[in-house]
Amino acid sequence: MKLLLVFPLLIPLSTAILCMLTWYNRSLQRSLALLGSGALLVTAIRLLTRVTVHGIQAVQMGAWPAPQGITLVADLFSSVMVLVSAVIGFAVMLYSLAHMDSGRESHGYYPLFNFLMMGVCGSFMTGDLFNMYVWFEVLLTSSFVLIALGGERAQVEGAIKYVTLNLISSALFLAGVGILYGLAGTLNMADLAVKIPQLGKTHLVTACALVFLVAFGIKAAVFPLFFWLPASYHTPPVAVSAIFAGLLTKVGVYALIRVFTLIFVGETSFTHSLILVVSALTMVTGVLGAVAQNEFRRILSFHIISQIGYMIMGLGLYTVAGLAGSIFYIVHHIIVKTNLFLVSGAVERCGGSFELKKLGGIYLKFPLLAALFLIPALSLAGMPPLSGFFAKLSLIQEGLVLKEYLVSGVALVVGFLTLFSMMKIWHEVFWKDAPVGAAPLTARRQESLAGLLFPVALLALLTVYLGVGAEGLFWLSQRAAQQLMHPSEYLAAVLKR
Amino acid sequence: MLIVRTVERWLRPILLLVSVYLLSGGHQSPGGGFVGGLVAAVPFALHALVYNAPSARRLLRTDPHFLMALGLFCAMWSGFTGVFLGAPYLTGKWVEWELPLLGHVDMGTPVIFDIGVYFAVMGVTLMIILSLAEEE
Repeated sequence: MKLLLVFPLLIPLSTAILCMLTWYNRSLQRSLALLGSGALLVTAIRLLTRVTVHGIQAVQMGAWPAPQGITLVADLFSSVMVLVSAVIGFAVMLYSLAHMDSGRESHGYYPLFNFLMMGVCGSFMTGDLFNMYVWFEVLLTSSFVLIALGGERAQVEGAIKYVTLNLISSALFLAGVGILYGLAGTLNMADLAVKIPQLGKTHLVTACALVFLVAFGIKAAVFPLFFWLPASYHTPPVAVSAIFAGLLTKVGVYALIRVFTLIFVGETSFTHSLILVVSALTMVTGVLGAVAQNEFRRILSFHIISQIGYMIMGLGLYTVAGLAGSIFYIVHHIIVKTNLFLVSGAVERCGGSFELKKLGGIYLKFPLLAALFLIPALSLAGMPPLSGFFAKLSLIQEGLVLKEYLVSGVALVVGFLTLFSMMKIWHEVFWKDAPVGAAPLTARRQESLAGLLFPVALLALLTVYLGVGAEGLFWLSQRAAQQLMHPSEYLAAVLKR
Repeated sequence: MLIVRTVERWLRPILLLVSVYLLSGGHQSPGGGFVGGLVAAVPFALHALVYNAPSARRLLRTDPHFLMALGLFCAMWSGFTGVFLGAPYLTGKWVEWELPLLGHVDMGTPVIFDIGVYFAVMGVTLMIILSLAEEE
């Protein structure tokens, strides 16, 4: 039982080690990586069922008691996040097997992918702020290499922007951790939640909260700190941008939600109102940025930004229903957005480009691919009965209940603009006639398409399922939000009181 | 050049011995796997400087990747000893021995962890240095 919480870290780690030991045997690496991501998926399901049935689980690494030791905590929010990450990891791994070129494979793609997954799971599971910083570094370092792996010109340019901005964010995060340690003398998050209100230095704590807001805000790509994202996400291979798009910004959102529900809740009228304003601006700038783009993956990148706005809108509202909406939205978004990036890779395989101008006529040749694009695209825009509809509905409903009419209105309008953007892709890529002189489809490309479409179909099915069976996920997000808003169970699990 | 080459050959075992000494001291006195691993990488880096990178790779006899993997593997498995004895992952377990020559010896899972760090750091350092040396 004690190992169940460590397994989400150990499985990717041991997979990475095994992949490094079989460095010169690519086919063995591929099977090992697939096996590892499958095992992670099974563990994540077991973890979530355990937390749902038995409540919040915590384990002290090395048996050092909290707050001195490092705690791994699994509450509903973090185990839901681990499960979604495992699902995405599995789908992208399936996709990589059919998509990744042999050069990147033999230069350590699979070990790096697994180190990335370990960092992501670690950030979700840890109960200690400094340890969270370490996990951030684990995932960032592997993402730095993944984004530059292959060394194409555009890739290196994107990587430089990505690395620079993320290093600044890490420095701010570390500074914030230092200040907080100086203030409270502890970094265990549960212990901080107890000690911060006793300090009485509300303004100092709020200032520190803003350092964290900026640090995590850069990682989550909120307004006005998002510039690195559209500059870099369209440069690496599709499988890499898909896993980045699905998981990395969401780790930032997770961290924001975690610290702003557990630690920095002293002056919510200021901090959380600020978050609400930022969320509205993020939605608008993201979606307007997307309108101006004409490259498949760049459009999707800008939509990540606008969707991040929705996710932190629930945090800004700071009610159980609002946070439940956020959690629902994160789950929905991770699946849908990864899927759209995977579709863009399949389209590139069929049409030979990511540029909307050079594409066209995919619907006639590949109706199945067109249908598989339409499901996540409509879900992203919030069409019923897909998952995006319920995610947006719950957030906007709660916004109206709290009389936050402006941000709710923005959320509605941005939904329509998203639909417009998706329809632009639909028209340009799938509907209009193929442009003259488009690359003809070779037999080899057609052959490997099935391998690409399988994970895409899997995720599309999941989106439909989350829409039709929204009640189950909604119940789960509601309970997770209750745990976040009333942290007594979390504190009891960590501090054993 | 002759002097450097001769010194390099004599320095090799000394540096490796120093690295093991640093590793073994790590728990009660200054030292540890990290600094030990760095020192262990020095003779091979020196060899690459004096001769060339392929020759250093031959001297190493294995790939830096494997050293890293071996190190991570050691570190990971050292955590399981505690688990088998019913404690959480990574819990330190110690045994004490009275050995001839060495006298009183503490041996425990943190030492195994440190050996893991030693190989991982040695592997990473050599991977960086050797691939930079081959770049030219």
